[in-house]
Amino acid sequence: MIQAFIPLLVDGLANAAVIFFVAVGLTLVFSVLHILNVAHGSFYAIGAYIAVSLNLWLVSSGLPPALSFVSLVLSAAFVAALFGPLMERSFLRWTYGRPEAVQILVTFAIFLILEDLQRIVFGVQSFYQDTPMQLLGSTTIGEVVYLNYQLLLIGLAVLVLVGLRFLIGRTRMGKMMVAVVADREVSETLGIRTDRVFVLAFTMGVFLAALGGALASPTTSVAPGLGAEVMVLAFAVAAIGGLGQIEGAALAAVIVGVTRALAIYFAPEFDVVVPYLVMLLVLLVRPYGLFGKVQARRI
Amino acid sequence: MPILVTALFLLFVALLPIAVPWLQFVFTLALAHGLAALGVALLLRAGLISLGHATFYAIGAYTTAYLSTHLGVTDFFVLLMASVVVAAIFGVAIGAFMVRYRSIFFAMLNLAVSMIVFAILAKFYGLTGGTDGMRVAAPTILGMELERATFGRVLFYSVIGMLVAVLILAGRYLQSPLGQALSAVHTNEVRLEYLGVSVNRVLLCAYTISAALAGLGGAVGGMAIGHVVPELAYWTASGHLVLVAVLGGIGGVVGPLMGSIFIELVHTFATGYASGAWNLIVGVALLLVVFFMPQGLYGLVARLGSKKKAMS
Repeated sequence: MIQAFIPLLVDGLANAAVIFFVAVGLTLVFSVLHILNVAHGSFYAIGAYIAVSLNLWLVSSGLPPALSFVSLVLSAAFVAALFGPLMERSFLRWTYGRPEAVQILVTFAIFLILEDLQRIVFGVQSFYQDTPMQLLGSTTIGEVVYLNYQLLLIGLAVLVLVGLRFLIGRTRMGKMMVAVVADREVSETLGIRTDRVFVLAFTMGVFLAALGGALASPTTSVAPGLGAEVMVLAFAVAAIGGLGQIEGAALAAVIVGVTRALAIYFAPEFDVVVPYLVMLLVLLVRPYGLFGKVQARRI
Repeated sequence: MPILVTALFLLFVALLPIAVPWLQFVFTLALAHGLAALGVALLLRAGLISLGHATFYAIGAYTTAYLSTHLGVTDFFVLLMASVVVAAIFGVAIGAFMVRYRSIFFAMLNLAVSMIVFAILAKFYGLTGGTDGMRVAAPTILGMELERATFGRVLFYSVIGMLVAVLILAGRYLQSPLGQALSAVHTNEVRLEYLGVSVNRVLLCAYTISAALAGLGGAVGGMAIGHVVPELAYWTASGHLVLVAVLGGIGGVVGPLMGSIFIELVHTFATGYASGAWNLIVGVALLLVVFFMPQGLYGLVARLGSKKKAMS
């Protein structure tokens, strides 16, 4: 019995790893900028598109296939460098302190624009390129075959979680971020360049989303509509964990990933619904998410 | 002044299709979306942004489709009434849960519900036709079967007629204490509770009305197209409703309808000249509106009107 569940668990965790990258980026941006970025899923999709294109080019030009791992990370860094500072400096900065409806609308507009830009640049056909997955092959333990790439994804997610904790808790940069989250005005009087912290936090968020997309690209075909799909999933996971909570996002990603894998196995028609059902159940009991702090109402 | 703007706008919408017949279908669809956007605008007044109102549009459309195809109910008015009632019932049920949440949580929970509805519509093949969607049988009016073209015209002018009623009622509602409380929730809801007003009841009322409006829009949209698909409930459709409401302006009840007509016209011309860039155009338009005319189209028209009055 257990034998049958372990592959499901690995599937679920690999799935969770990818969702975690996106959701933790969303949650990070929310905790520093207090903006729910609806265009976040687009960065996932763009990361996936660029990674696939780069790897297709890599294979066709006869370069060593091992470089495809480098290209996965490079494409995420490229997306972050291209969109992060640009979007924060030009559009988001204008929305700080404005009503949430305005902030959500501005990011929704950017989502629409990016959606069409993807279509114009990459066309509407779907791409598939799985060199990184094939290179790693598979491991057989007992009688079960595991894809090494899935194990790599899980390992990377743990690494990112630990890395983020280290960055926030131990480095000067991270402490500045915590200070800005706690009180922006006081941080400014202490000489922290809060605008730089904002750019940095947002760019990190974009990088994490694009990394999720790039890392997921060898396991699935990349087609239009990807961004919108991942966006809602990341929302659900971030909300379950409690907006702004990094560990919360990790736990929520695991819950959603594993229940989804179980649903695909036992009740396939519920596969799509599972994350939202979990979200409803959690928010019904804990309105601010698993790790979220209750906010007092202000008069 | 608002009455003049509204009357002129409705006259424009009603008369233009006589000169340009193909606009009739475009406008019918636009007004269907506009009704749903009006619902979204009511909630926006209370500062609540719903990223899931397409749910009720889809519920209205599917009610019409299911009744007409599976149960053989084809009377136009019965279908409309049934769609509104079903959407309102869902509105009460979902709203009772939603009104406990504010700001981003409200937006996201609505989104979650709409995704659940989307998945149910797409997966339960026997009931909803799955991803293929469902046909809407041609409705009859008081027992008369009409040709497609005639029905299109009847539908369009019925919608205009309903709109007059809806706009008057919505205007009255917003003037009533229940409607005024909405903006009060936005400014300071704790103060409202000190005054002895139940904020949740105010919001539940608004939520139900907005669901009913979206259901009416959905029924009209379903009849106009003659086919319903699960994508009606996808979250991007809800996003478009908010977009239309803000573009048109939530200052007056006619704003969302103006926004909807405007967007649909842009859509029509965009498919002619730049078919791949429709979302791009809408996105840029939305950014421009949010940045440069936060009162929306309605605010712009109202301001022009008041300036003219000041000059004369």
